[in-house]
Amino acid sequence: MDESKYIQSYCSINNNVVSLNGKVVFSDDSADVKSFLKAVYKSLDTKYPKFFKMDSLSKLAFLGAELLLKEESKSSNTALVFSNNASSLDTDRKHQESINDSDDYFPSPAVFVYTLPNIGMGEISIRHQLKSENAFFIFEKYNAAFHHTYENSLIQMNKADSVLAGWVNVDKNKCDAFLYLVSEKGTIEHTIENLIKLYNN
Amino acid sequence: MENLKLELKAKIIENLNLEDVEVSDIANDDALFGDGLGLDSIDALELIVMLDKDYGIKLSDPKQGKSIFESIDSMAAYISENKTK
Repeated sequence: MDESKYIQSYCSINNNVVSLNGKVVFSDDSADVKSFLKAVYKSLDTKYPKFFKMDSLSKLAFLGAELLLKEESKSSNTALVFSNNASSLDTDRKHQESINDSDDYFPSPAVFVYTLPNIGMGEISIRHQLKSENAFFIFEKYNAAFHHTYENSLIQMNKADSVLAGWVNVDKNKCDAFLYLVSEKGTIEHTIENLIKLYNN
Repeated sequence: MENLKLELKAKIIENLNLEDVEVSDIANDDALFGDGLGLDSIDALELIVMLDKDYGIKLSDPKQGKSIFESIDSMAAYISENKTK
C-alpha cells in the first residue's frame, strides 16, 4: 500500500541567510562562503572540531543535517539523497592548483580527500551514526520529480525509515542548499509540487 | 630549537585547521595523536607533506612517522638533524 510521505522539516542555506521551516534563523554579511559557513556553525553552538577540516561543500551539507536532524528523534536508518550541479569542482580546483607546477608539486591530502561530492554524506553519516543508503546525483538544476520518486522508493521498499534529501551546491564563492527530511510524519505532503514550491521560496 | 618548536605549533594549527587551538595550548611534550591533540591519519599525511615542503625532508619509511610525530619535541629534534632547507 502506498502510504503518504511527508516533508517533516526543511531548510535552506544561501545568500547569507539560513531558514528552517520557512523562518529565518540566521543571517550575516560575510563576504565569502568560508566565513559565512563558519558563522552558521558558530550560531548552531555545535562542538565538532572536524567541521573545520571539511571542504565547503561538506560543511554546507553538514550544517543542513545539523539543522534538520538536531531536534528530531532520528533513525539510524535515515537515507541520504543529495544532488547538485558543480559536483566537487570547488575543491577540485584547489587540488589542481596544488599540482599545476611540477617544481612546486605538493598536493594536500586534506584537500584531495574531498575531491568527490559524496564525501559530505560520509561526514553526516559519521556525525549522526547513520548506516544507511546514500546517493549523490549531478543535475543541471534541482530535479524535484527525480528526488520525489527516489525518496519515496527508498521508504516504500523499506530501504529507509526516513530520507534526508535535497540540493547542496558550492561553486565560485557561492553556496546554495535546500535540504529536507522525508518521513511518514509531518503536515506537508511529500509531493513534487510542494518540493518545487519550498525550493523556490 | 625553541623557535623551531613555536614555528611547528603555528604551522600545525594553520595547516591542519585546528580551530580554537592556540600555540600556547600545545605543550612541547603533548601527544599529537590519540588522546593528545587528536590528530588523525589525514593529518599525519599532511605532516609528511609539510616536512618535505618546508624542510626538504622526504620520509622514505612511513613507519618512521610514528616516532617523529609523537610530539613537538620529537618533531623539532628530527627536523633539526635532517632538514635540507
